[in-house]
Amino acid sequence: MSGRALNFLIAGVGGQGIVMASDILSEVGARSGYDVKKSDILGLAVRGGSVVSHVRWAERVHAPVLEEGNADYLIGFEWLEVFRRISYVKAGGTIVVNDCRLDPVSVSSGQLPYPDRTEMLSQLERAAGKVYVIPGLETAIELGNSRTLNIVVLGALSKLLDIEAGVWKEVVKERVPARLVALNQKAFERGRSLTG
Amino acid sequence: MRVLLSGNEAIARGAYEAGIQVAAGYPGTPSSEILENVAKYEEIYSEWSVNEKVAMDMAAGAAYSGRRAMVTTKQVGMNVLSDSLFYTVYTGLEAGLVVVTADDPGMFSSQNEQDNRYYAKLGKLPLLEPGDSQEAKDFVIRGIELSESFDTPVMIRTTMRTSHSKSLVDLGERPEMKEEVGPFTRNAEKYNCMCLWAKKRHPMVEDRLLRLADYAETFPWNRIEWGDRSLGIIVSGVVYEYAREVFPDASFLKLGMTFPLPRLLIREFAGGVKRLVVIEELDPFLEEQIKAMGIEVVGKEIFPPCDELLPQTLRDLGTKAGLLPEDRARGAGTQPSGELPGRSPVLCPGCPHRTSFYLLNKMKLPVAGDIGCYNLGALPPFNAQHTMGAMGASIGVLHGMGKARLPEPAAATIGDSTFFHAGIPPLLNMVHNHGVGTVIIMDNFTTAMTGHQDNPGNDFTLMGEATRRVDIAELVRALGVEKILTVDAFDVEAMESALKECTGYGGTAVLIARGACVFVSRNPQPAYVVDTDLCTACGRCFRLGCPAIVKGEERNEKTGRRKAQIDPVLCTGCDVCRQVCPTEAIRKPEGNPS
Repeated sequence: MSGRALNFLIAGVGGQGIVMASDILSEVGARSGYDVKKSDILGLAVRGGSVVSHVRWAERVHAPVLEEGNADYLIGFEWLEVFRRISYVKAGGTIVVNDCRLDPVSVSSGQLPYPDRTEMLSQLERAAGKVYVIPGLETAIELGNSRTLNIVVLGALSKLLDIEAGVWKEVVKERVPARLVALNQKAFERGRSLTG
Repeated sequence: MRVLLSGNEAIARGAYEAGIQVAAGYPGTPSSEILENVAKYEEIYSEWSVNEKVAMDMAAGAAYSGRRAMVTTKQVGMNVLSDSLFYTVYTGLEAGLVVVTADDPGMFSSQNEQDNRYYAKLGKLPLLEPGDSQEAKDFVIRGIELSESFDTPVMIRTTMRTSHSKSLVDLGERPEMKEEVGPFTRNAEKYNCMCLWAKKRHPMVEDRLLRLADYAETFPWNRIEWGDRSLGIIVSGVVYEYAREVFPDASFLKLGMTFPLPRLLIREFAGGVKRLVVIEELDPFLEEQIKAMGIEVVGKEIFPPCDELLPQTLRDLGTKAGLLPEDRARGAGTQPSGELPGRSPVLCPGCPHRTSFYLLNKMKLPVAGDIGCYNLGALPPFNAQHTMGAMGASIGVLHGMGKARLPEPAAATIGDSTFFHAGIPPLLNMVHNHGVGTVIIMDNFTTAMTGHQDNPGNDFTLMGEATRRVDIAELVRALGVEKILTVDAFDVEAMESALKECTGYGGTAVLIARGACVFVSRNPQPAYVVDTDLCTACGRCFRLGCPAIVKGEERNEKTGRRKAQIDPVLCTGCDVCRQVCPTEAIRKPEGNPS
């Protein structure tokens, strides 16, 4: 085993590539010598529902889910969804949030307002030790494919962990379609520059 | 080799390594991925049967013929297949047979929270409960061995959390299996559950249970882990993993085989600890049996019979019950302030069911619903589904509404796969008994909600073989229905006039609404646009509940209401909103050749 036990919580909206991101993160942990467990929680709707994924790395992992206040890293693909899971972050933990707003139908239909971004950020900053806000979607679109968003975010996370970039790139290569490997490797590198 | 697998992937791998040659089931969350992964092994014949009972009978036939077999189901599907499962307990089999039920504590995608462990007790067959992916794989292999050595089907019960979480699994090899089997074993007294013969089998079933209970004492996954003896915890399945973390010092009796129970092992454990607790999700299945042994134990007084028992819940309830010192209670993190807007499920942009629910809402018909994505028609803005209970129930409920002589015409909604599963008999019943009502068969060419599995309305099987597609209209005609209309589900006007024609008909009418699910359609169109000069913010398009139609910044000067806007990323160009817009403000983008 190559380091201390780590708990990750990834939150976002169905269609953003969260399950694939947590699969890659789990595989990176396994290849780094950890015991790994993960659990995805998907809503009923295929597209547009809340998605949250728990990933745990340790010498021996029992439960596949985290308790509140226990995430070393809270990784958010969307503001409201990361804010919803704020109770999971450990005091002194790290939050990485993709700067993106997706209105649920309850907001677009005018039932409830979308929470204020500045207020969400200040609460995230109070809850965690460190918050990185990254332009993940913008970066992915700039690269020519919005679906590389999850790889950009993983790149940003990878810079904060003590695992060699080569391990990540190897797993990414195995997980994405062959014709998109080069694009995703680029997305991963661009992601690394966002937190480094 | 060690790989990360979900519980369902691990069960599929277990089927491969156990030498299973035939596997069948009906898709249902959280079990569906088992067969989808089994289908990747060409050594195993796999199929989506039209329902769980059919799958069970088919697997029994394979096992009678000498092929190791597996059946998969979600928890409520067990109710459907149980009828057939129970005879196999009496007959036994020529080759191993495992029945996998994936239960759903927490009801992530089900209509109830039933605890299928009772089926093992009711049906009198052994029950294994894996707690992670490694055990999920191992228990299929061990289940087949058990099945063959005791001549009984074996039940494996997972929960959503074991089915869908991933953990590391050591891979093994598949044994050499015979290409040919046969001839069929002629053992009429064993395989015919005729009362005369079955009566002789019952004592054998009871005797087998006693022998299985002895075996349970030695089952390697039933084990005591001694720790601090002031607290002893009896636990099975994934809850063991949670409890190990929350009560790191306690002693554990971890049960992998939970019916019949290892009574000596339980007595030994109970005698070795000061306070004995059973922690189990849902019903007091273990607790009742342990109490019946005369052992003092607590369970449901502390841990409730509803919902998942996640680590957080165990910690909170364990602390409250004095099983954990207060200072060990972990402080929960900060809570977000204010009421957060929920992200409730909605019909996808481009969903063919949208038109039906928009119209059912507009016509204010009472609607009996069924199992599938179209349950979202019960939610705002449609509020257009009024009952929903089980696969195929909609048509029977509609018939009841008709026979109750409601003062208004009523309708039932049912998807293509659900119709094949359990909709044909009640429709036949309606015809025979002069039923009155409109059955809308919402044919989206797939089993959408569970992940787009094939069904008899498709031209391919789970194994990718070409097959003959069933024409639903022809099938319905053969059942004796005389009033049948088939309409393009995206054509609002045609749907409305067909609905009016069917509901005005004085007998059993079937309206087949055809339109491909956006996930199987290969025909996405460019996003539509709103001409804000023409939009009066009347709100008609919002009644479609399409996530792609949002309120824009521009307002109607008189009413102050916000005009519509279409999200170009989400819109699939299904055209339904253009048809309902009264001012022609919604249209295809300029310069689009299609």
